[in-house]
Amino acid sequence: MTATATSTRTMTMVAAINDALDVALGADDTVHIFGEDVGVMGGVFRATDGLQMKYGAERVFDTPLAEAGIVGMGIGMGLAGLKPIAEIQFAGFLYPALDQILSHLGRYRHRTRSRYHLPMVIRAPYGGGVHTPEQHADSPEAILAHTPGVKVVIPSTPADAKGLLLSAINDPDPVFFFEAIKLYRSVKEEVPAGDYRVPLGKARLVTEGDDVTVICYGGMVEVVQKAADAARAAGIGVEVVDLRTLVPMDTETVLASVAKTGRAVIVTEAPRTAGFHSEISAVIAEEAIEYLRAPVVRVTGFDAPYPPFTAVEDVYRPNPLRVAKAIRQVMAY
Amino acid sequence: MVQCLAPDGTVVRPELLPEPAVRLDLYRQMRRARHFDERGWVLYRQGRLGVFPPFGGMEASQVGTAAALTKNDWLFPTYRDTGAALTLGLPIARTLAYWRTSPHGWHMPADLKVLPFYIPIATQYPQAVGAALAERRKGTRNVAMAFIGDGGSSEGDFHEALNFAGALNAPCVFILQNNGWAISVPTRTQTKATDLSRRADGYGIPGVRVDGNDALATYHVTREAVERARSGGGPTLIETVTYRVKPHTVADDPSRYRTEADTAGWDAKDPVLRLRAHLLGAGLMTEPSEAAMLAEIAVEFEAALAEADSYPEPTPAEILDHVFAEPTPQLKQQRAQILAEEQA
Repeated sequence: MTATATSTRTMTMVAAINDALDVALGADDTVHIFGEDVGVMGGVFRATDGLQMKYGAERVFDTPLAEAGIVGMGIGMGLAGLKPIAEIQFAGFLYPALDQILSHLGRYRHRTRSRYHLPMVIRAPYGGGVHTPEQHADSPEAILAHTPGVKVVIPSTPADAKGLLLSAINDPDPVFFFEAIKLYRSVKEEVPAGDYRVPLGKARLVTEGDDVTVICYGGMVEVVQKAADAARAAGIGVEVVDLRTLVPMDTETVLASVAKTGRAVIVTEAPRTAGFHSEISAVIAEEAIEYLRAPVVRVTGFDAPYPPFTAVEDVYRPNPLRVAKAIRQVMAY
Repeated sequence: MVQCLAPDGTVVRPELLPEPAVRLDLYRQMRRARHFDERGWVLYRQGRLGVFPPFGGMEASQVGTAAALTKNDWLFPTYRDTGAALTLGLPIARTLAYWRTSPHGWHMPADLKVLPFYIPIATQYPQAVGAALAERRKGTRNVAMAFIGDGGSSEGDFHEALNFAGALNAPCVFILQNNGWAISVPTRTQTKATDLSRRADGYGIPGVRVDGNDALATYHVTREAVERARSGGGPTLIETVTYRVKPHTVADDPSRYRTEADTAGWDAKDPVLRLRAHLLGAGLMTEPSEAAMLAEIAVEFEAALAEADSYPEPTPAEILDHVFAEPTPQLKQQRAQILAEEQA
């Protein structure tokens, strides 16, 4: 996506994130990384591994254990001209900081008429599929997407993770960057070296197909791909759209695909009621209903807390079979 | 509790007296603040100002503390801290505009680092820590000062901020204005603690309790805290012991939760009259020189009011401005909708 990338290296997603942070720290000394365990330890997932050693404890530092304090302090750093990158250890631990986010992070530019803006990035691992304990697998992206003034980004590949993270860090406004825990080390791909950027607000066509559009992001993309492969083997052309960015959402790509296929399935692992899938569904209903040959179907988690029960976790979190069933449903309507 | 002047203006700690010029300036700033507060009530009753939280009686707590800052420092005020913001230089016209619910009250002057009044309670405390840390990272000697009330000190953000500031040695000065009330809840119902400055002990930082109706005392302890922060000595918590003699807002009826007797004793501790008695007694001010000062303040206020009156009302589409640096496609679409509805 950018001309400055000259070579590539095979990387996992967590390595690509580490690489992006390294590039950002190296390029701009106002960039600061902080959070719980991000310094000496390099983060519980090692996303910040080696960065304190390389850039010093003034720029990559551990904070006391307090999420509101982390986000609130980051806001103050952003006000005073730094570029703060905060890590919230798990997205399910974000909730104590919601007051800072909803009351301040999203509205500073607005309430100061752009005198102050917050070029802050908040990274948080999210989602299930790796048998974590309670409260480690939440998908709270809809809460943030519903908050005016913040952007929400969720990559699904190592290269995208690097490119989107560098765009997020260089964005003048606050960005939530959710990283699917399931994808941290399960996928490897070629990742461009250097200052590689993927623009925010542009969806990715993962595969093309004529019969049904499946819209997804983050940890659900690989689940959807498996279902799409199976459907394709059965002769159904599945177009998979990886949204990449929830705010701003690339409605153009979504609508163009739905206009082509006439069928839409939306897949997320968040709870069902009032999730971001509902927003996508509403946009399709408002803007593309005349193209629809079947009702929009959502494949989601349930309206219950994410279950930490390994034996049945896969019931909550959409799996390829449920997605395949939804594809058959819209085809059979 | 640190005190420099007794309620009758008698000097009790002569070694704490600042220079005469500083004493006079503190008095002028307190008078400016009080004038705003008094005129604000009238303007509210005339329908020329929206609901605002009065602060009359708390001038020494706000002016004496904010006066210890320079324009390079940060000020994080709560909604009741108009007096502090005016002292650091927030224009009266902008302040009036803010309480008129005009976006012109959200335009802060470029030469000031005063944040808009904080409506949520305590959230500004961790932010002040961040601004303070950023100043240190940039190699300046600038500090951040944040205000809170006794009620706000019950919030988690208060504790997180004090802990962060101590752990990270942030050049921060925390002002805890103990004015006795969190709307209708008295401090004794708010907390079992009776000396809120001692909360600093839990975070390993200095805590100071000061007579919040004594501008010379608040100035003295705050200046010490600011100097400590500037020279790398870290944060300080200052509890200013004062009283909210006014209602919570101009729309509040305090007779529902407190008696006049509760408040009466505090009139005798009026911070403006206390410093006035000292200045007159010490020969630093005469009644004619004071009258001239008050006349200047009144003229300044009326000019600011005229300026605030001249600010245009916002247009409908302005509600979508300043959400992001670049409006998203969704915001562009919503702007088009507002413009279309305007023309319909």
